[in-house]
Amino acid sequence: MLKSCLNAVAPAHNGIVKGLKGLLYTPFFRPLETASFRKKPVNEGDIFKSLLDFFSKPRIRGGVHAEQNKAQTATQNIVYHFPLPKKLYIPLQQHVGKPAEPLIRVGDKVFKGQLLAYSQGLISAPVHAPSSGVILDVNDYPAPHPSALPIRMIVLETDGKDEWLETHPVDDPFQLTPEDISLRVGAAGIVGLGGATFPTAVKLNMGRENQIDTLIINGAECEPYLSCDDRLMQERAEQIIDGVRLMLHGMAAESAVVAIEDNKPQAYLAMQAAAQPYPLIKVLQIPTRYPMGWDRQLIRYVTGKEVPVGCRSSEIGVTIHNVGTAHAVHKALRYGQPLVSRVITVSGGAVAKPMNVEVPLGTLISELFDFCQVNVEQTARIIMGGPMMGDALPHTGLPTVKATSGVLALTQHELKNTDEQPCIRCASCISVCPAGLRPLDMANNIRINQLDVAVDLGLKDCISCGCCSYICPSNIPLVQYFKYASGEVVARQQAQHKSEQTKRLIDDRNDRMERIARQQREEELIRLAAKAERERLKAQQETMV
Amino acid sequence: MMTNIKPSSGAHVGVKASVSHIMWQVMLAISPATVYGLFCFGWPALNLFIITVLSAVFFEAFCLRLGGRLAKPVLMDGSAVLTGWLLAMTLPPWAPWWIGVVGSAIAIILGKQVYGGLGQNLFNPAMLARVALLISFPIEMTTWANVSPLFFSQSPGLIESWHITFVGLDNLDATTGATTLGFVKTEFSQNRLLVDILKDYSGFLNFIGWTRGSMGETSTLLLGLGGVWLVRQGVIQWHIPVSLLLTVAVLAGFFHALDEQHYVSPFLHLNSGALMLTAFFIATDYVTSPNTKTGQLIFGAGCGLLIFVIRTWGAYPEGAGFAVLLMNSATPLIDYYIRPRIYGRDRKGKPLEIPKS
Repeated sequence: MLKSCLNAVAPAHNGIVKGLKGLLYTPFFRPLETASFRKKPVNEGDIFKSLLDFFSKPRIRGGVHAEQNKAQTATQNIVYHFPLPKKLYIPLQQHVGKPAEPLIRVGDKVFKGQLLAYSQGLISAPVHAPSSGVILDVNDYPAPHPSALPIRMIVLETDGKDEWLETHPVDDPFQLTPEDISLRVGAAGIVGLGGATFPTAVKLNMGRENQIDTLIINGAECEPYLSCDDRLMQERAEQIIDGVRLMLHGMAAESAVVAIEDNKPQAYLAMQAAAQPYPLIKVLQIPTRYPMGWDRQLIRYVTGKEVPVGCRSSEIGVTIHNVGTAHAVHKALRYGQPLVSRVITVSGGAVAKPMNVEVPLGTLISELFDFCQVNVEQTARIIMGGPMMGDALPHTGLPTVKATSGVLALTQHELKNTDEQPCIRCASCISVCPAGLRPLDMANNIRINQLDVAVDLGLKDCISCGCCSYICPSNIPLVQYFKYASGEVVARQQAQHKSEQTKRLIDDRNDRMERIARQQREEELIRLAAKAERERLKAQQETMV
Repeated sequence: MMTNIKPSSGAHVGVKASVSHIMWQVMLAISPATVYGLFCFGWPALNLFIITVLSAVFFEAFCLRLGGRLAKPVLMDGSAVLTGWLLAMTLPPWAPWWIGVVGSAIAIILGKQVYGGLGQNLFNPAMLARVALLISFPIEMTTWANVSPLFFSQSPGLIESWHITFVGLDNLDATTGATTLGFVKTEFSQNRLLVDILKDYSGFLNFIGWTRGSMGETSTLLLGLGGVWLVRQGVIQWHIPVSLLLTVAVLAGFFHALDEQHYVSPFLHLNSGALMLTAFFIATDYVTSPNTKTGQLIFGAGCGLLIFVIRTWGAYPEGAGFAVLLMNSATPLIDYYIRPRIYGRDRKGKPLEIPKS
């Protein structure tokens, strides 16, 4: 059934006969099947519970069943023999917060795992050498961003030895204090590897301070094409569970829930087996529905709680981390290894050998594409991340960073049609929006430049998940409208702030000038009065004489 | 190294869909009822159908050229064809040719293009045209041909049909009559009771559409099937049809239970006139109906209520057109007040409070 749905999604309009056939068999907008939103019953007790659930508030809102395209990579083992690149380009900012500050000099010889740049400020993360070699340059190079504008990077010429710095792992990390765990996680440069890249240590501290009761491990991986978390869970389940336990220790929290979409049964079984000895770590299957991996959607599904706007999830007693992050925590605490590499999915129609591959951070995408034999002519778009929320990159001369979960080379056939038609108010965008927004109204207002109305309609609550753009039958690039408007709103606020400041300065200056003029006038008057007085006295004296 | 200059954001993949795909699906869903209607009312109905659809396309192209736009790509979206098609479905099958042309002109020019084209109109173009025609040309719009299927000996032949369409009907009384609802209405005005009025009424014939009425509105069965298929395909949501039909059924059932002799039964209501066409094809028009589920339920219920009120107490035997237009005008209001709750905020848009644990 599902397969036929997937096959039927692409009815070409070549000829009426073919079109009619497509019309008959295509479930075009798949109806929202409310019942299957909830957890599938496993045994009789659960059936009763799910019956109760049926009458409670729906836990998933909106979302789309995107075509998965995961099988190409999800069925193969992670590839570890990626040839070490000659040069690595390591951006100083691979995380949310302040960029790291370099402490090496050009020409320095560094070992793998050596600290290259230290974190500065409260929210920041250090950067380590992904391999051993010599520092060639610290300068501005194009960033892995749609603009490819230059940002500060360290260029490392590898020596091919891949020599680790001597590491000092602790014997039993569970003897460390929770604060110590945070410190070590922070020093290892670990950030959220799901793509948000928020420094993990800061999140652990917030979790500890807010005394959270549930740690959710996000194994949803709801983006199509990507399967790096899936493979990681299948191949390194025990290490991930160990990382989860360390995180729990670091937050002084007790229970954890690992949430995995039900399109990854292998990963689920592996994780469940690994979590078996620890009753406080529950492994949960969740429905496959993009954007299930949106942290707030997942929190609502798992705990039933909704994170208020403007709050962090830890304020309602929940913290969410990615499976990759848990694995990185395990490596940092058990082996003392900082975050210097990650597993990346390379996939897409133009890739001859799609795979999950572990690469050192800073590897150029061009080298990754060479290794996976990407067909340059067929590539219509290069995407960093998943096809729903990922960024389209202008070229391949850009490095992979901590946030890179996947690099896709999509063919024109895979891309959404960009032939824009007028909005027919079909309201599909409203029914798929997980945030409860009305994309069509927002887009209409943005089109006529009424950005304030768009903000009132909830522009700032948009998470850019792309569901509306995905479903739109008129191919309206809704997310593009919202991103433009968000940027424009900030720019306008800044411009307004600036003009207010300028006005204030001018007013101040006018006041000052007026005050000076008044003072001068008063002084003049006093002077004149004094002069008159002097002359009067003089005249008096003369008459006296 | 490869380059790709044009930046593009979010959702790089998507459903392979288009506006014309939706329009084609609706046309496919409505075609069984259309074919059946054309068969029942013969050549004159076919003439009128073709004239109405072609003139709708013509007026669309005319307006687009007037606006200095290329007509062909817009025409290809199928919306003008569908508007003409739906309008033809609601016309008396043997109406003269100019009814179709004037109706299409009203629908496309006044109903759609003056608002700015597809997606901008406030009122359902087909219903706007139908109501305007009904008010302006009451005789032509209420002359209902008898069922006279294609290729039957008593039915008009091809040549004769041109006479009916382009000149007019000569022998009115022999070939025309009243619709069920119209008949009930006139008989009520003469103080007759339902039991007498409906002596000859056949629920089954009405159900399959073997009765007088608009070209494509008679067959409850085929329209209902087409509508259910559309819901199954996900082209329309179930909310409007269900709430509309349910409202009519509940209201009619209530009054019928109160007074059997003066209020027709809910089955007759569901089984006659434009109810099925309206519920599945007219009221569900994306452009002119609310865009939230709750809003759609209200909209459907409002349409049902107005249809029942007009049919029961109004001057016209059928009120679907008026009901839909009135509710169309309420759509912006419904959309203003009924909006989804934003995640993490309450209904008024304030952030939720942190629950005390």
